[in-house]
Amino acid sequence: MSSSFTDRLLGKVRLGGLLALAAPLLAIVFAGVITSIILALTGNPPLETLRLLVDYGTQSRTIVNIINLATTYYISALAVAVGFRMNLFNIGVDGQYRLAALIAAAVGGALVLPAPLHVGVTILVAVAVGGLWASIAGLLKVTRGVSEVISTIMLNAIATGVGAWLLTTDRLAVAVSGSNNIGTKPIPPSGQFPGFALIPGTQAKVFGFAVVAVLLGVAYYVLFNWTRFGFDMRATGRSESAAVASGVSVKKMVLVTMIISGAAAGLVGMPQLLGASYSYSLDFPTGLGFTGIAIALLGRNNPVGIAIGALLWSFLDNSSEILDLEGIPKEIVTIMQGTIVLSVIIAYELVHRYRTTAEQHRVSRQLSAESSSAPGSGSASRSESDSESDSASEEGAKA
Amino acid sequence: MTTVSDAPATAPAPPGARRPRRNWQILLLGLLALLVMMSIARVVTGAGDITSGGTIGAAVGLAVPIGLAALGGLWSERSGVVNIGLEGMMILGTWCGAWGALTFGTWGGVLAGAIGGALGGLLHAVVTVTFGVDHIISGVAINILGLGATQYLSKLVFTGMKGGGETQSPRIPAVADVSVPGIGGPLLDLENRHLFLVSDLAGVLRGITQDVSLFTIVAVLLVPISFYVLWRTAFGLRLRSCGERPVAAESLGVNVYFYKYVAVVISGALAGLGGAFLSMVAAGIYREGQTGGRGFIGLAAMIFGNWRPGGLAGGALLFGYTDALQLRQGGTSVHALLLVVAIMLAGFAVYQLVRQNRTWAALITAVFAVAVFVVFAMTDTVPEQFTSFTPHLTTLLVLSLASQRLRMPAADGVPYRKGQAK
Amino acid sequence: MEEAAISTSTSSASTADPGIELAVELEGITKRFPGVVANRDIRLSVRRGHVHAIVGENGAGKSTLMKILYGMQRPDEGEIRVNGAPVHFRTPTDAIAAGIGMVHQHFMLADNLTVLENIILGSEPRRFGGAIDFAAARRKIKEISDAYGLGVTPDALVEDLGVGARQRVEILKVLYRGARILILDEPTAVLVPQEVDELFDNLRGLVREGLTIIFISHKLDEVLSVADAITVIRRGTTVAGVTPKDVTARRLAELMVGSELPSPETRESTVTPDVALAVRGLTVRGDGGRPIVDDVSFEIHKGEVLGIAGVEGNGQAELVEAIMGMRPAEGVITLGDQDISAWSTLRRREGGIGYIPEDRHRHGLLLDAPLWENRILGHQTRKPNVKGPWIDRAGARADTQRIVDSYDVRTPGIDVIAAALSGGNQQKLIVGREMSGDPVVLIASHPTRGVDVGAQAAIWDHLRAARAAGLAVLLISADLDELIGLSDSLKVILRGRMVADVDPADVTPERLGSAMTGAGAGGDRDTPAPEQLGPAATGAGEEA
Repeated sequence: MSSSFTDRLLGKVRLGGLLALAAPLLAIVFAGVITSIILALTGNPPLETLRLLVDYGTQSRTIVNIINLATTYYISALAVAVGFRMNLFNIGVDGQYRLAALIAAAVGGALVLPAPLHVGVTILVAVAVGGLWASIAGLLKVTRGVSEVISTIMLNAIATGVGAWLLTTDRLAVAVSGSNNIGTKPIPPSGQFPGFALIPGTQAKVFGFAVVAVLLGVAYYVLFNWTRFGFDMRATGRSESAAVASGVSVKKMVLVTMIISGAAAGLVGMPQLLGASYSYSLDFPTGLGFTGIAIALLGRNNPVGIAIGALLWSFLDNSSEILDLEGIPKEIVTIMQGTIVLSVIIAYELVHRYRTTAEQHRVSRQLSAESSSAPGSGSASRSESDSESDSASEEGAKA
Repeated sequence: MTTVSDAPATAPAPPGARRPRRNWQILLLGLLALLVMMSIARVVTGAGDITSGGTIGAAVGLAVPIGLAALGGLWSERSGVVNIGLEGMMILGTWCGAWGALTFGTWGGVLAGAIGGALGGLLHAVVTVTFGVDHIISGVAINILGLGATQYLSKLVFTGMKGGGETQSPRIPAVADVSVPGIGGPLLDLENRHLFLVSDLAGVLRGITQDVSLFTIVAVLLVPISFYVLWRTAFGLRLRSCGERPVAAESLGVNVYFYKYVAVVISGALAGLGGAFLSMVAAGIYREGQTGGRGFIGLAAMIFGNWRPGGLAGGALLFGYTDALQLRQGGTSVHALLLVVAIMLAGFAVYQLVRQNRTWAALITAVFAVAVFVVFAMTDTVPEQFTSFTPHLTTLLVLSLASQRLRMPAADGVPYRKGQAK
Repeated sequence: MEEAAISTSTSSASTADPGIELAVELEGITKRFPGVVANRDIRLSVRRGHVHAIVGENGAGKSTLMKILYGMQRPDEGEIRVNGAPVHFRTPTDAIAAGIGMVHQHFMLADNLTVLENIILGSEPRRFGGAIDFAAARRKIKEISDAYGLGVTPDALVEDLGVGARQRVEILKVLYRGARILILDEPTAVLVPQEVDELFDNLRGLVREGLTIIFISHKLDEVLSVADAITVIRRGTTVAGVTPKDVTARRLAELMVGSELPSPETRESTVTPDVALAVRGLTVRGDGGRPIVDDVSFEIHKGEVLGIAGVEGNGQAELVEAIMGMRPAEGVITLGDQDISAWSTLRRREGGIGYIPEDRHRHGLLLDAPLWENRILGHQTRKPNVKGPWIDRAGARADTQRIVDSYDVRTPGIDVIAAALSGGNQQKLIVGREMSGDPVVLIASHPTRGVDVGAQAAIWDHLRAARAAGLAVLLISADLDELIGLSDSLKVILRGRMVADVDPADVTPERLGSAMTGAGAGGDRDTPAPEQLGPAATGAGEEA
């Protein structure tokens, strides 16, 4: 995880760069082959299935749905990726966004404010709740040394309980007319985020929040690649000990990163809440946080990569709706998604290894060629330094 | 001439004191003290279910899948592979267990559940050991895959069966129960008299001796078996050495990859067994989403148990118990437990003050104790939604109080590549 | 012995005596790694019952050679014979089976397992059903331990053992497997002198029992005191075979480094009266409140190099981390006239403290990041790396190029990741980085550890130049010649306390060495006659 794909890619445009793009593509093809085999084994025609997916997925209405769902996935994956950049596993995005969306929905439904302000306050509430909830895990990590992996998983369950407690008619919920569902009071039009009919051939509107998602992606890129703070985060992710020696306060970074990740997670429910449902009810989508983890992994924490991953994921999710009608279990898509994630991360790992070794060999070759006469250069047995411990042990005490 | 000042050299520091081994007497005393506190809480609040035979029986039953997952975590992490994919392997176990039981009968189900989980473990081993991918990432992916695979298979297999559907299996024939004969009735009598301590003891005994599933007995036996294999055999020593210092193991000719593979596959099999228990014994039916995060709780129980079999069994029982309470008068029972927690926190505060001389820590603990007591005194019951996350909150509290004392295997979670010893 | 005292040919010293039984013979061993030849045409004969030392500089190829002999790497060319029979090792297991054991420089022990578990791992005595026969294992360990006087307690946890005891466990581990040929890789690097003596006693005991020991070192005085035969390796090949009684340490040092003997000596004093860094009553506590650094006080003036001498593990690392603010400490630290005791690491760095860390991989570099990002590390709040809250890529890159040029960092470019550079070039990059931004004080922890001779000389030059320009340097090193040669004043640290002040103009490495062990100025404990005791490794420091 410590490797930063972006920097490698931006830093050097060589064969390695091409390889880094080709690897995930090959991995996706590989996942497709595995999925085809499973389909064939279970008596479904693979090519026909693929054709169904593509046909349905390219209809105007489905495209709108794909973009809308991808917007949500994208924000979720960004929230996860912020932590990943520092080797923090925020598995708790799921709980953070659900709690944030619930409370923001309640506040948004209760407020009477002019349009832009109304939306702004609702979003701010969501960001604040997400950040606060995530800060619990951050605080436990820096003060008590509790692994954020475990604590965020536990906090997810707790958020579910707290959410269920809040979402009762005694507290934040009202009955939804015409069903036995309950939800928060609907947000009035002044608090809704307008969408736009972008895709020709359908009335369905693309979430206005898609724009916000793009801006978040840009902000993410700028934060990590152009700011001091982002540098500190990446440094901490790559080597905590080196970051400490360079003057970075790792505890502070952990806490702040957790809060940023949680604040971003707070936004995950907003496209749906402000663009479609206008109320948080029992059937508000769940599990988006886990999808976000998978997509962040696919996109290797790169904002463009994540966008591609989110669209791919959303395409599979939306177009798979047609499969059930054709008698093919649509869960084949989940299998495909899982296989894609596994094969892509393996592909990245292999590329990373290959490139590190290749670069070391290239450097030592280049140097020994240009200065074979220089005394002591490329000191004999240090060539194996592709693994840290090697050169460390080679360079033992000099007394 | 040269050297000027010569300060006296200090004596060498004494070697670090060894941690005292907890012995059986202290353990029994602790259990007795716990029972006394719960008895007090029962008498004070009248929440009869907190020590009833039914609750204890349910607690044991609920502890089994958590404990099996925790054992799975133990095997994997002792070999140095973090296994957050336990949840996914457990999901595979629920489906395979149900399918196996329906197809081949009870023990076929047990075996199928183990194999299903083991396949998940094998995948985790390939990804983490052979390809060296970050263990947590691989685990997350396996959780996705486990869910997708079972959903897919359910639609394919269970939809066509009588009583089955897209998200659930037909009813599974029950696994046989056994009881220690002749003591069930008397214990129940004793329990119903509501005597201080005596009835509580009777409840506990009844819970662990009556109507125990054979599967439960198998699961309980796996704890000492795991201990024996991991700590008393050559195989176990080599496996653990891979989790502590793989380079050392490799330098002595131990095939690190092999042991990691075996450990992670066994880990998956154990998690799969836990899943099979859920579908075959606990529910008698496979249902989608049945694991409900128990794989994660198992991981927490293992950490709670400090990567030791006995400790994780205790952790699993604790979580199983809090799980059981929500099924039986959840609000009242958990409310009664608040009193137990308050007493324990107060005791801990005294311990910190008197034995450890940590005034500040003691003060903070005491404030928590008072706070818990105030909540206990001010309310009559705990909302049912809150009881649902009692085990998770307990995990969080235990970790935040004790995480510094825990000792994970030194190379746990560190990707290892063959030939690093070179 | 009839053999020539010093045979500078590549032929083995012992081939002159064919009648004697040889435990190990290496002939024409060559090992190439991509771009580098680690070992070239190595010839070596080790006689049974000898302590055979292999000496050479860091990076000369000693460790690679031993890894080949222990089956961890396979030679590209050449033949290995053990007890006269040719062998082909594929794994350490093969070497163990042939009776060869290795005691690694970095102990191969699992802290959280007991001594017994560590020893029997991989060759466990078993009872029925795969169960370990602990009683038998304990018995055998006791037997071996008593036979060679190793004093190993089977049931202790390794983490509770000191360094010397761990090493004895390592030796026992090898003996337990029936090894008759022991390879010891830099065994004394981590030992205090008393432990070295004990180790040598143990080794002599082993040799008396007919075992053969191959002893890798670059501490020449030790080699001369324990070895029966010495082979010198330089730049990947065997350059000489000698016997200790026929050679001086100085001659050995010259054989090791070839003709160049870089001297770290500084010329005239540049010390000024202005105090740059003052430390008063600094105490760092370890687990359980035990002081690791105990009430340490000193001052460094502008233009002064203050050297801290001491056996490793006596609190040097903790002292440095406390000064850098990476570790909580009691006491007062002043930089110029400001009390910086409560400052964060970042603020201390901004205040003008540069830091060359002891372990460059852990503390000095982001191995996965390109050089120009490594240039920013530790200077991420200062020009030319940043403009306000923004990273100034152009500025950082230009300055990285400047460092690469003026510090002679050998690299194809600044976009190469740090891990791709050799140790010496990584270190030059760090030195260049820490010298930029006009530091007032430089904390240099083992600045030339593990770097090649050329880089070492370059780093010394840079330190001297900076000192002349008024920089105050705190120099921590295990290389006594470096310490004596570079320092204006020297302090000796022992068990966390400053136990002696030494004038570097008037001290020899051996006197300094005995002060480091607490033996004091008059301590002549085990110190061989001065003419035998030439400078270690790089030599030449003391003649002034």
